[in-house]
Amino acid sequence: MARKDTINALIRRGLDEEVAVTLAEAGMLLGDVKSATLDDLEEVLGDKKKAKDVRETIGKRTKKRKKGRKKTKKKKEKKIFEVPKKFSSLEGTARELEKLAEEKGYELPRRVLEDAANMIEREDISKDDYPLILKLIKEKYYDRKVDPKESIGVVSAQSIGEPGTQMTMKTFHFAGVAEIGVTQGLPRMIEIVDARKVPSTPMMIVHLDDDYKKDRDKAKEVSSKLEVTRLIDLADVDIDLTSMKVAIRPDKKKMKEMNVELGDISSRLKKTRSVKGDVEVTGGNIYISPTEPKYSLLHNVVEEAKSTKIKGLKGVKRAILRDLGDEYVIYTEGSNLEGVLRVEGVDITNTLSNSPYEIYNVLGVEAARNSLIREAEETLDEQGLEVDTRHIMLVADMMTNEGDLKAIGRHGVSGKKTSVLARAAFEITSTHLLRAAIMGEVDKLDGVAENIIVGQPITQGTGAVEVKYNPKKALGE
Amino acid sequence: MMNKGITKRIGSIKFAYMSPKEIRKLSATKIITPDTYDDDGFPIEMGLMDTHLGVIEPGLRCKTCGGRVDQCSGHFGHIELAMPVIHVGYVKEIKKLLRSSCSECGRVLMEDEERDHYIEELEQLKKIGGDPLDQRALAKEISKAARKNKVCPHCKSEQRKIMLDKPTTFREDNTKLTPKEVRARLERIPDKDLIPLGLNPEVVRPEWMVLSVLLVPPVTVRPSITLESGDRSEDDLTHKLVDILRINQRLRENRDVGSPQLIVEDLLDLLQYHVNTYFDNQTSGIPPARHRSGRTLKTLIQRLKGKEGRFRQNLSGKRVNFSSRTVISPDPWLSINQVGVPKKAARELTVPIRVTPENIDRIKEMVARGPNPTERGKYLPGANYIFRPDGRRIRVTETNAENVAEKIEVGFTVERGLKEGDIVLFNRQPSLHRMSMMAHEVKIVPGKTFRLNLAVCPPYNADFDGDEMNLHVLQSEEARAEAKVIMRVQENILSPRFGGPIIGATQDHISGLFFLTHDNPLFSRREVVSIFSNLETENFPPSVEVEGEKMWYGKDIFSHFLPDDLNLEFRSSICETCKECKEKECPEDAYVSIEDGQLKTGTIDERGIGAFQGEIIDKIARDMGTDKAREFIDKITTISLGVITLRGFTTSIKDEDVPRAAMRQIDEVLDKAAGKVKRLAEEYVEGNLEQMPGRTVEETLEVRAMQELGKARDNAGKIASKYLGLGNNVVVMARTGARASMLNLSQMAAALGQQAIRGERPSRGYEERTLSHFKKGSLGAEARGFVKSSYKEGLQPVEYFFHSMAGREGLVDTAVRTSRSGYMQRRLIHAMEDLMVYDDGSVKNTDDTVIQFEFGEDGIDPMRSKSGKAVDMDDIVTEFKATKRRGGS
Repeated sequence: MARKDTINALIRRGLDEEVAVTLAEAGMLLGDVKSATLDDLEEVLGDKKKAKDVRETIGKRTKKRKKGRKKTKKKKEKKIFEVPKKFSSLEGTARELEKLAEEKGYELPRRVLEDAANMIEREDISKDDYPLILKLIKEKYYDRKVDPKESIGVVSAQSIGEPGTQMTMKTFHFAGVAEIGVTQGLPRMIEIVDARKVPSTPMMIVHLDDDYKKDRDKAKEVSSKLEVTRLIDLADVDIDLTSMKVAIRPDKKKMKEMNVELGDISSRLKKTRSVKGDVEVTGGNIYISPTEPKYSLLHNVVEEAKSTKIKGLKGVKRAILRDLGDEYVIYTEGSNLEGVLRVEGVDITNTLSNSPYEIYNVLGVEAARNSLIREAEETLDEQGLEVDTRHIMLVADMMTNEGDLKAIGRHGVSGKKTSVLARAAFEITSTHLLRAAIMGEVDKLDGVAENIIVGQPITQGTGAVEVKYNPKKALGE
Repeated sequence: MMNKGITKRIGSIKFAYMSPKEIRKLSATKIITPDTYDDDGFPIEMGLMDTHLGVIEPGLRCKTCGGRVDQCSGHFGHIELAMPVIHVGYVKEIKKLLRSSCSECGRVLMEDEERDHYIEELEQLKKIGGDPLDQRALAKEISKAARKNKVCPHCKSEQRKIMLDKPTTFREDNTKLTPKEVRARLERIPDKDLIPLGLNPEVVRPEWMVLSVLLVPPVTVRPSITLESGDRSEDDLTHKLVDILRINQRLRENRDVGSPQLIVEDLLDLLQYHVNTYFDNQTSGIPPARHRSGRTLKTLIQRLKGKEGRFRQNLSGKRVNFSSRTVISPDPWLSINQVGVPKKAARELTVPIRVTPENIDRIKEMVARGPNPTERGKYLPGANYIFRPDGRRIRVTETNAENVAEKIEVGFTVERGLKEGDIVLFNRQPSLHRMSMMAHEVKIVPGKTFRLNLAVCPPYNADFDGDEMNLHVLQSEEARAEAKVIMRVQENILSPRFGGPIIGATQDHISGLFFLTHDNPLFSRREVVSIFSNLETENFPPSVEVEGEKMWYGKDIFSHFLPDDLNLEFRSSICETCKECKEKECPEDAYVSIEDGQLKTGTIDERGIGAFQGEIIDKIARDMGTDKAREFIDKITTISLGVITLRGFTTSIKDEDVPRAAMRQIDEVLDKAAGKVKRLAEEYVEGNLEQMPGRTVEETLEVRAMQELGKARDNAGKIASKYLGLGNNVVVMARTGARASMLNLSQMAAALGQQAIRGERPSRGYEERTLSHFKKGSLGAEARGFVKSSYKEGLQPVEYFFHSMAGREGLVDTAVRTSRSGYMQRRLIHAMEDLMVYDDGSVKNTDDTVIQFEFGEDGIDPMRSKSGKAVDMDDIVTEFKATKRRGGS
C-alpha cells in the first residue's frame, strides 16, 4: 500500500510512471526521492539523464515556494523597505487567457490559467477557440466552488485529524540525509499543530550562493563554519600534574580540516568566562593554569575547556554536506536560522529551518504560515496520506490569524474563543466559569459548541438560513 | 410530542455572581438541621431534604410549587454560615484585590488619573475586540502596577505585604487575617476602583467572594437512592452539606457561649475546609474529603469537569431516543444507499405522522392493524403510540387497536414503525469524519443484525468481526429532507479530504472484475444468465457468435454498465510500469481505455473501481451525478460477485508453493546476506569498519546490516514471485489491490526477513546478547532478529520470539496512536468548528474575523476538485472536442 502511495505521489508530482515505480520499488519513499542526490538516483535508475529529470521535477516545488520567502528575508537583511511585487505576471498563452478572462469578467485563479495554457499548447488549439475553452473552464470552475454556509472548519479539521489514526507512531525516520533522523508521522503532526518553540528534531537545509554551491571545498568551508566544534573535537585535554596545569594538545590534522588556528583556540578560551585561569601558548600546545593550584579546580577547568565552543553556530550539532548533482547543499542537525543567514556564502533566499516557530521569529508570520503548510504537507506525504492542501492552509491560517503563531489547543486558538461555554466545554471548565461570573461575560451563543450545550440548532450549514412566513401577510391582511 | 418547531432562540447568556441578598431571596427555605429524614422516612422540615426544595419520591408534593416529581424541577435553599468563609474558587482574585487596594481606605493603590487612564485602556481594548482573556491579562498588569506603591496615594497609609497560605488563609506580615477582616477590606473598595482590577461592578461586589450564605441546590440535583436492602444512600453533595451544617452549628454554639478563641478558630478552619471541598474536592494543598468507604467525594466542580463531567458528558453530547444499536453484517444485495434493519428493530423504532384530512383513512387502517401487522408473513409497519393534541398518549396493543383507530381525529400524531424507504441515519464510532454518519434508506430484513453493502465499509471503516453500529430515526420532515439531500450515501461518494472516491469496490469485488475483464474472456449463455441473475431487470449486452454458440465477452458485459458518454484512459493496478508503455497494446492488458462507454482495452481493478483510487467511480460521481454513480456501484459490484461466484475463488497453502530450485536459491541469498553481516560484524570487532560520516561505528554497522538484510528479503521475495503468476489467486489479490500485498506473499513463500523494534535490530535482553541462545557479543543476522523462515515453513523458536517482539510493538503502537490522534483531532475540531464559508466566499469565525478571504485561495470545494485540482484539463479537452464535433461554439 505504502509503495503504491509513493508511486502515486511521485506521479502526481509529474514523474513518469515508469520512473516512479522504479524508485518506489527500490524502497524509496517520497522524502527519500526528494532529498536523494543525483548519484543515488542514478544508481537506482541506472540512467544519468533520468536521474537529473527526477531531481528537477521533484525538487521544483520546494524551490518555487521559497521564492516567495525571498522578499521577506531581503527586507530584513538590508533593512530597506521594498514593496514586494505581488505576482510575477503571466506570460505567453497564459497571459492571453488572463486578458480574455478579464474582458469576459471571469475570475479565474492563476493556477487554472497556467494549466489551461499548458493544455492548449499540448493540444495545439487554435486561438479562435480560446473563448470556448475559457467558457468551459469557467463553467467547471464556478461549479466546483464551496457552498456558502459550509462549515468548512470542521471539514478541514476532520480531514487532518482522520488520517492521524493511520499515521505511524514511529518517531524517527531518516528523511533527507541518511545521517539526520527527523521526527515523522503522528508525533511530528502533533508538534506542528502545537507550534512548539523547538521541535524534537530541529534541522535546517542550507542552500549556498552561486559562488559556493558548485565548489566542494568552498561549500565545505561554509559547512565547517556552521557546525559547532568543541575543543574536545580538536585537541586532547589533560591535567599535567607536574606543573599543575591543564594541557591542551591540539591535533594538527583535525585543526587543518576544520580550518582552525591555534590562536583561535587560545583567544576563545580566554574569552570563555567559565574557564577560569590564565591561558598561555607554548610550543604548539596551550596551557591553562587555574587561579589556585587546586586539584578540584583543575578538574573543573578540564571539563569546561573540553566543552568550549571554538567555532560554529549555537544549536547546530552537525552539518552535513550533500552533493545534489548540480549543487552542494548543507543539511544540519539542530537549527539556528538567524545565525545561518548571517554566514557568508549562504543563499539566504533559499535556506530554511523545519521549525515554524523559528521561522516566525526570524522571518515573520507569513513565512511561518508557509512553513506550517510545508511541514504539515511533508509529514502527510511521507506517510502516503492524501490530504487536500486547502485544509492544511486553513489550519495554518487559523494558527497565524492574529499575527503571531498560536498553537491549536487550550493555550492557543481554543483559549481565545469568545464563548464562555465553548471554552468550558473544552478544557479547564471551572476556571472559565468562575471568571465569567466576576467579569460579567456574555455568551452570544453564535458558535457551534455553545448552541449544542443549550440545545438549539447551530448557525452553520442549513441552520444558517431560515424561512420566514408571515401568515397574516400571506393572507393579504 | 406536539413539537411545533422552535420558534424562539436564546439570544445570549450573561454570567454574573450571586449576591447574598439574591441567594436569600431565591431560597425556598433556610436549612438548619443536618438530618435528612425522620424515623418514618419523611423529609425533615428545614433539613437538607426539605420538601420545599422539591421532591424526589413519587406521591409527595413540593411545598413550594405544589408540583409532583416530574413537574417540579426543584428549588434552592440556603444555609446561614455562622462565620464567613472564603470561596475557594476566588482566592487568587481576593489576593489580587487585597494586594492592589489600600488596607485602610480600600482605594486602588494608584492616583486617580492613572486609574482613569487604565480604565480608558481597558475600554479601548474592548472596543478593538479584545476578548475576556486579553482583558484579564491587562487587569493583571494593572494590579501589578498598583502593588508597586507601598504607600497609599489616597490616605498615605503604609501597605504591608499580604501573603496567601494555600489554600485559603491570608496573612499580613505574619498576622492571620480572618475571613471577616478580609471581607471588611473588600467592602471598602469602591465600585470604580474595581474596573481596572478586572472586576465588573455591575455583576459582582468583591465582598461577596467571602461567603456568609451558602446556596443549597435542590434535592433533584442530589437525589438519594434507595438500595434493594431498603437503606437510603445519599448523594455526595448531600453528604458534604451535612458536614457543613454540623460544623456550622457547633461553631455557632461555641461562639455564642463564648468558648476560647482557639476552639472557635479551629472550628472555623474546619468549616472552611468543608466549604472548600464542597466546591472543589481536588484543590491542591488540602486532602480530599472522602466517603465512609474511602472513595473521594464528587463535589460541585468534579461534577462539571473533565470527560465524564456535565459539560462533556451531558451537554456537548446528548443521549437520544429513536435510536438503536446492534451488530452489523454484510449484505451484497443491498444498494449502497440502503441499510438492512431487522424486523424487531423496525417495530420498535418509530416515525411520527401527523394526521391530516388527506391521510386519516390510511392511518386509521394502519392503526387498526395493531402494532405487529404482517401480510402473508411479510412485514407491514404498525403503530405503537397515538398522541392526542392535549399531549395524552395511548399505547396501541393488539387488543385495543381497532378501538383506538376509531378515535383518531385530524390533528393527532401517530407513531408508526419503520417501513421500507424511510430515511435513517447510520453511524459507526469513532466518528472521525462526516462520512461516519450517513443517511440510508430502510430495508426490512430478517435476523437481528443491521446489514450494509460492502462498498460502504471504507467510509465507516467497518468490518464484520463483531462491529456494532448505531441507527437513528429522523423525527421531522425538515430533518428527513436535509438528510436525503446532503447526507445520503450517494452524496458522499467523494471524500472532501482529497477529492476522490471513498466508496467503491473492495476485496472480492475487485477480484471478480479482474476475472470479468482481464484478457477479455468469453462467457456462455448459461454463465451470463447466472451472472446477471442477481440484477433485477437488465437487457443483455451484445453477443458474438463463436462456433455457432452465442457468447459474450467480459469487457462487453462490463461496458454494458458504463454510461454511454464515458471517456477515460488510465493504467490498472496490475500495471508493471514497463520501461516503455505500449498503452493500448499492453501485453498484460493493464492499460484501460474507455471510449464512449465501451471498455476497449485494459483490466478493471482497484485503480478502476476501488474505494480511494477508482478512476471510473471518480469520474462518474463527479461529472455525471450521484444517482448514476450509485447505480453504477450497485450494479457493478453485483455483477462482480456473480462472476466470482461462478468461477470460485479460494486460496490454500499450495498457493505459496515454490519449486525446490527456487527455494535453494532463496536459501542461498539469505545465507549470503547473513554471511555478509557476519563479516561486517567481524570488521567492526576488529575495528576495520569504515565509519559513515556523522555516524558512530556502531550505528554504521547497524545501518549496513539492516541494508544488507533488507535487500536479501527483497531478493528472496523476488525469486519467489517469479514463480507466482496471475494464475495464483493470492497474486491476483495482491496485484489487483483486492487484498494483501506482494510483500505479504513473499513473507509467506520465501522469508519473513528482519524484525525491527523501534526501527532497529533488536539488541536488548541478556548481557551483550539478545537471548541466551547466542554467544556474548554476537552481532550476526540470527542473533539480532533476522527471520530466515517463511510463514509456510514455520518459524524457529528463536525466530518466533523475535517475531512476537515486533508484533507486540505493533500492538502497543496502535493503542498509543489512537489516543494521541484522538486528542489531536479534538483540539483541531474545537479550534476550527466555528469557521464557516460566508456568502462572499470568505472564511470567518464567530467574531467575524476573517481567517481566509477565499477558502483555499481559490474557493474550490476539495470534494468537488479532482484530487485537489480545480479544473481537470483533460476533461476540458474532451468536452471541447465534443462541442466542436457538435459544431457548437
